[in-house]
Amino acid sequence: MNAVVLAQLGNDFFQKRTGAGCVQSQGFCPSWIADHINEYWGPLGEHVFLTLVSLAIGFGIAFTLAILAHKRRWLTGPITAVTGALYTIPSVAAFFLLLPITGRGNLTAIVALTTYTLLILFRNITTGLRNVPVDAVDAARGMGLTDNQILRQVELPLALPEILAGVRIAFTTTVGLATLAFFAGGGGLGEQIYSEKAGTGGIFFKSNVVVAGGLAILLAAVGDLIILAGQRIALPWRRVGNA
Amino acid sequence: MSLPCPDVAGRHSGFVDAFDLIFHHRESISGGVCVGGPGEIGHLALLHLEVSLVAVVIAVLIAVPVGLWLGHIRKGEFLAVSVSNVGRAVPSLALLAFFVAFLGVGFTNVTLVLTLLAIPPILTNTYVGTRQVEAETVAAARGVGLTEAQIVGQVELPLALPTIFAGIRTSAVAVVATATIAPLANVQSLGTPILEPQTYGDAGQLAAAIVVALITLAVDAGLGMAQRAVTPRGLKVGTHAPERRRRFSLGTPAKTETT
Amino acid sequence: MPEDVKPAVSIEFREVTKQYPGAAEPAVDKLSLEVGAGEICVLVGPSGCGKTTAMRMCNRLIDITSGDILIDGASVTQRSPAELRREIGYAIQQIGLFPHLTVAENVATVPKLLKWSKDRIRQRVDELLELISLDPAEVRDRYPAQLSGGQRQRVGVARALAVDPPVLLMDEPFGAIDPINRERLQNEFLRLQAKLSKTVVFVTHDIDEAIKMGDKIAVLKKGGHLAQYAAPAEMLSRPADKFVEQFVGADRALKRLALQRVRDVDLWKVGTATVGDLVGQVRAGMEDSDLDIALLVDDEGRPQRWLYDRDLQTDRVQANAGAAAKPLIDLDDIMRDALGDLLSVESRYAPVVDAKGVFAGVLSMDIIAHALNLPADQARSSSELIVE
Repeated sequence: MNAVVLAQLGNDFFQKRTGAGCVQSQGFCPSWIADHINEYWGPLGEHVFLTLVSLAIGFGIAFTLAILAHKRRWLTGPITAVTGALYTIPSVAAFFLLLPITGRGNLTAIVALTTYTLLILFRNITTGLRNVPVDAVDAARGMGLTDNQILRQVELPLALPEILAGVRIAFTTTVGLATLAFFAGGGGLGEQIYSEKAGTGGIFFKSNVVVAGGLAILLAAVGDLIILAGQRIALPWRRVGNA
Repeated sequence: MSLPCPDVAGRHSGFVDAFDLIFHHRESISGGVCVGGPGEIGHLALLHLEVSLVAVVIAVLIAVPVGLWLGHIRKGEFLAVSVSNVGRAVPSLALLAFFVAFLGVGFTNVTLVLTLLAIPPILTNTYVGTRQVEAETVAAARGVGLTEAQIVGQVELPLALPTIFAGIRTSAVAVVATATIAPLANVQSLGTPILEPQTYGDAGQLAAAIVVALITLAVDAGLGMAQRAVTPRGLKVGTHAPERRRRFSLGTPAKTETT
Repeated sequence: MPEDVKPAVSIEFREVTKQYPGAAEPAVDKLSLEVGAGEICVLVGPSGCGKTTAMRMCNRLIDITSGDILIDGASVTQRSPAELRREIGYAIQQIGLFPHLTVAENVATVPKLLKWSKDRIRQRVDELLELISLDPAEVRDRYPAQLSGGQRQRVGVARALAVDPPVLLMDEPFGAIDPINRERLQNEFLRLQAKLSKTVVFVTHDIDEAIKMGDKIAVLKKGGHLAQYAAPAEMLSRPADKFVEQFVGADRALKRLALQRVRDVDLWKVGTATVGDLVGQVRAGMEDSDLDIALLVDDEGRPQRWLYDRDLQTDRVQANAGAAAKPLIDLDDIMRDALGDLLSVESRYAPVVDAKGVFAGVLSMDIIAHALNLPADQARSSSELIVE
């Protein structure tokens, strides 16, 4: 009896997991996934594109602002307030607020995603610069380095750990937010998750959600590890212990 | 609604149209239903805040005790910090989709998702805030005869409160933001007009976006004030300590320049 | 030896005043003094007296409100600040080594700015590391975090000396070091100064350090007024006013001990022995000594152990006989520090060694007590430091 029952259970199990029966019940179907996996690469690519572009532009802007605030301390407060306010506005809301101005498509998504990176990057870069030991800067100035030389040779290298920490956070946050980019018409994995139009079954199809969501999380994790590795390589002096 | 429901199709455009919808109800795009106006928008806002509040409160009830305990025994740093790193990486949409796909729709499920999203920042901040209380302070308290529970409650908690509040603030903002997509799981919120343009139109999407943005900013500002209110004066003085960095200029002297 | 040491220059403060806007009093008030070439001038005074401000005006880290500072006859305002600073060595209390650079890279900072060739830099770095008694091969690729406090301080000094500047500004450079190592570093610096003859402006709040290190001492009062500018011996015997008298301290007689060095006095002789020597011979050698004990030294003449009568009962001198011969007093130690060393181990005498660690004689409490009786003007002059 046992063998027969088991065989039947096994059969049922696989029946549920394969073929039309699985898909119809919106279940988790490995075979379906295997068949349709190629449909996810495009959106994944879009997702990566949106994330990296927003991160790059955001870093450029935040870096410029941070250097400005470094030279004129009083700017720190206002810039933090503005970027903070931009950050607080929920991404979905931001997409729609921008729509009348930038239209549907990548541009809106990128603009919104970029503004989200600003606060965290600006804050980390300024904090990093501010946490450079005062005596190292004083010694550098006393030795005859100009302000720009101090910035390039002493302050930025020593601020690097904090900056990279900020980049890590900004990266993972952007990956997460980019899943909502489809609201703005920017594509990405979010489209796969949510939209029936994408042809992958929408939000109720377990297989689809697992793959699309899983890819997003994987992207964030891999990127995070890469930046972390880069951090260890670029900062040899932090690897050595104390005397 | 006994008041008349005007059809304003085409009368305004863009932001003006959106503001109009906030303050005056109108005929829906698809017809037959009255949408907009302060009544409905207010109602949706309340629902939005309701689901957010429940999630944050539950998250606080779970995360703060755990964070306090871990921080007090000074263990579990990897867990406490990783939970935030991982939590940040999980897209809210994906999380919601997981729950919807595997557990179905409804208020409970949405609250569950939002709570899960709210826990990491609170947990990490509570842990870090508690952990940062100087060991000597804790040792002194122990020496005076306070029990472990009293130390946590009377020494570590007050000192960690600003950091904890910062975490609650971050969480609350994230939750209120994510509640915008709650309609995907059949829970009404301010996201409803955004996800149903066929009923509310472009004006509806924009209007909802504006209101959500304002509410989120208000929540952030409100909790910010609360955070400042719970910061003990002693700590506040510390963070405003005179700038020690010397500048190459005639300007105001740093404290060390007078020796 | 270091490559062509540049000749020292003089520094002149001419009515230098620093007034911060909004402050009731100036931080430095019409300071006028001249530091001779090759001299160490110590600025000393209580907190807020303007000593650090005065020093930092020399390299324009703080701008002069009125008056002028002349280095080698030229005003410091003549050149751009960055250019000026590259020709002045600068060492501060917290040292300020760059954590992200190796020791070699730290020391090479200014040479790189001046675009020296890689070879010349490398050579100079090794030379400097040796000068400060650190092994280049061991230390050049280490990061500051891997060094001890004393080592870091030394590297800071090496970095300040990198391009062989004629002028050195030092702001409590040994302040962050523990007292034992501080003494050692002070002695080493004085030995270095004997070789290099830099013109040094040295800031400290510690009057004892001022007396030990300075050729001339400038005592500043709050508000940046100069109370007295004189050589240590004169300041101790003829303080200019009540403030200086109080600042120098009631124990002026004892402080005079700081003006003498161990090498200035006649040390006691004792018989020495190495392991395996015939005891008979050792005893013979003890006939002439001032103490009834012998000193066991190693092959290079470095003291190891005291040998008492009971240790000299065998035929030959044994390796582990006797008691450890500690502490070891440096020939260049000031008498005050030597007294402190003796007191710390409750010993009446201790062996004295030179810069290489070779035995040079025995210092005893009696010698010190005798030295205390000497009148002030027979005290030391630091220019008599002989380099061996």
